[in-house]
Amino acid sequence: MSRIDALFARSPAFIGFTVAGDPGIEASLRVAKAMIEAGVDLLEIAIPYSDPVADGPVIERAHVRALRAGTTTDDVFALVRRIREHAPALPLVLFTYHNIIHRRGPDRFFSEAAAAGADGVLIVDLPVEESGEVAPCAARYGIDRIALIAPTTSPERQHAILSGASGFVYLISLEGVTGERDRLPPGIAGLVGAVREKTGLPLAVGFGVSRPEHVRTVVAAGANGVIVGSALVRLIEEHAGDEAGMQDALRAAIAALRRGLVPDPEPDIP
Amino acid sequence: MKAGRYGVYGGQYVPETLMSALIELEETYGRIREDPGFSRRLSWYLREYAGRETPLTYCGNLSRDLGCRVYLKREDLLHGGAHKLNNTLGQALMAKFMGKRRLIAETGAGQHGVATAIAGAALGLPVEVYMGEVDTRRQALNVFRMELLGARVVPVASGTRTLKDAINAAMRDWVANLRETHYLLGSCVGPHPFPRIVRDFQSVIGEETRRQILEREGRLPDTVVACVGGGSNAIGIFYPFVGDDVALVGVEAGGEGLDSGRHGASLSAGSVGVFQGALSYLLQDGDGQALETHSVAAGLDHPSVGPEHAMLKDSGRVRYEAVTDAEALHAFRRLSRTEGIIPALESAHAVAYALRAADDLDKDGILVVNLSGRGDKDVADVANLHGGVA
Repeated sequence: MSRIDALFARSPAFIGFTVAGDPGIEASLRVAKAMIEAGVDLLEIAIPYSDPVADGPVIERAHVRALRAGTTTDDVFALVRRIREHAPALPLVLFTYHNIIHRRGPDRFFSEAAAAGADGVLIVDLPVEESGEVAPCAARYGIDRIALIAPTTSPERQHAILSGASGFVYLISLEGVTGERDRLPPGIAGLVGAVREKTGLPLAVGFGVSRPEHVRTVVAAGANGVIVGSALVRLIEEHAGDEAGMQDALRAAIAALRRGLVPDPEPDIP
Repeated sequence: MKAGRYGVYGGQYVPETLMSALIELEETYGRIREDPGFSRRLSWYLREYAGRETPLTYCGNLSRDLGCRVYLKREDLLHGGAHKLNNTLGQALMAKFMGKRRLIAETGAGQHGVATAIAGAALGLPVEVYMGEVDTRRQALNVFRMELLGARVVPVASGTRTLKDAINAAMRDWVANLRETHYLLGSCVGPHPFPRIVRDFQSVIGEETRRQILEREGRLPDTVVACVGGGSNAIGIFYPFVGDDVALVGVEAGGEGLDSGRHGASLSAGSVGVFQGALSYLLQDGDGQALETHSVAAGLDHPSVGPEHAMLKDSGRVRYEAVTDAEALHAFRRLSRTEGIIPALESAHAVAYALRAADDLDKDGILVVNLSGRGDKDVADVANLHGGVA
């Protein structure tokens, strides 16, 4: 059983996101370790990219910080390798924009990702229509290709997307880019329900999920996991230059968000 | 060739959220192309409002100097001062047909922003224009013009704070608001169907040029020259000539020289990559990160180019050359003095190449230069570059 399958066998899962190399490549390893220690069940690691159009301002600034720190794709694979050594059982998913893969060549990219210890790859700007070149490479190296479904995805497209997906399905909660929101859109339960009918794969919800009550809503809707990015990345930015404080803040935030995974206890009725 | 592809180039490399909007756009565009009501309205706007057709001006003084027959396709005389209005009127009308209530756009030199603001005002659609903070400063006059036309200009402070970041910001806005908003893309770049839509709306330039030169000279030109940033004015004038025995030359921003690394010549010095929704040539590093670009012309200061140009380069049908900032500035002055026409700095790149290319033509040779826009917006900038000395 793959590490991702093993994780979702005991879901719901808390998935944390970080940009590799933010704020620097060595600090990034310590951030990942702190997140793991605080209880992320799966770590999603973004390869920094110059033009992250699916991301909101908080994560975009993290990409910029990582690139300014000199982070290369080689550095990201080296980071994944070190995280893998630190946490042998933890599922790791690379989050990337397609040009990173295109430039390296899909075969080389997936072979290096697998060798580093990645379990899955999520390509945020590669819709199913364009994935023909990438799919066989991912399969060749045993890497799950995490599919994305948006609220705007038609039922026909959902079907096409799901037919090639493995690992888990990333449900985008809202029409927009990544970033914290006060509340999740009301349609999220419907989206989880509709996709649940079409696939046996685990469903994880991301984009906008940033508070314990969001986590609770998503889990109550029947999702197998939540993905939190901007709310954690913001803490890295806010604690620039204070690494101990940064790690404490990440631990506290993850602990609080994780509490949303557990259903509310029944109120005591005298 | 697969729909949405130019050879291997083009495609739709976008977040899943945008796919429904691209599919809707493709369907709408397919429908309106067959709709006589749409063509009639667009023709009316182009003729009565925008001032088409634009003249094909014979340049007697320059022709005498260069020893061949030089014509300028006068897109600088289009309402708004540049070719951009062909596309913005077309797309704004299309947005109305789609029931969209808001237009967003991005702009580098400001001309596309102005043209979108004009089309929005004419057709009663509110407009927001994303513009890199650096560009808002170097094109302050166009910012004022957009605001005067009722558009809201949003300065973009991320990344290099130029056109590419403005495009990223506009794409983000679109992802968040695609039900009521049409993203009015300003060049033949981006995911399918944008490169096709923009090329079709800009092809009016080449269709008129072809007809006009046949009327005037009784034959087709030897060479057609146009500047290439994203490449919309170039594809607009080239496309109707692609099947003819006419040399087509696209002129890119050579900046401080191709060896300096400070330029915007993605076809001359870039490599194949995926950028802002399409596979094309891109200025990128070994990891696929887009590189910073430079041009004295804000409208050419972009790391990638439309996918159809990528195909035309590979097939050899169009030759792509680069012209430096210095050459463009020289051409800017020379055209102003010899013909009394101040070109946009973008268009000055095409003029600069024409000055070079004329050597290869004899006195009966016909050279057409697409004068994609007028230089009023650049006058203060050029004056500052040279301490106010013209």
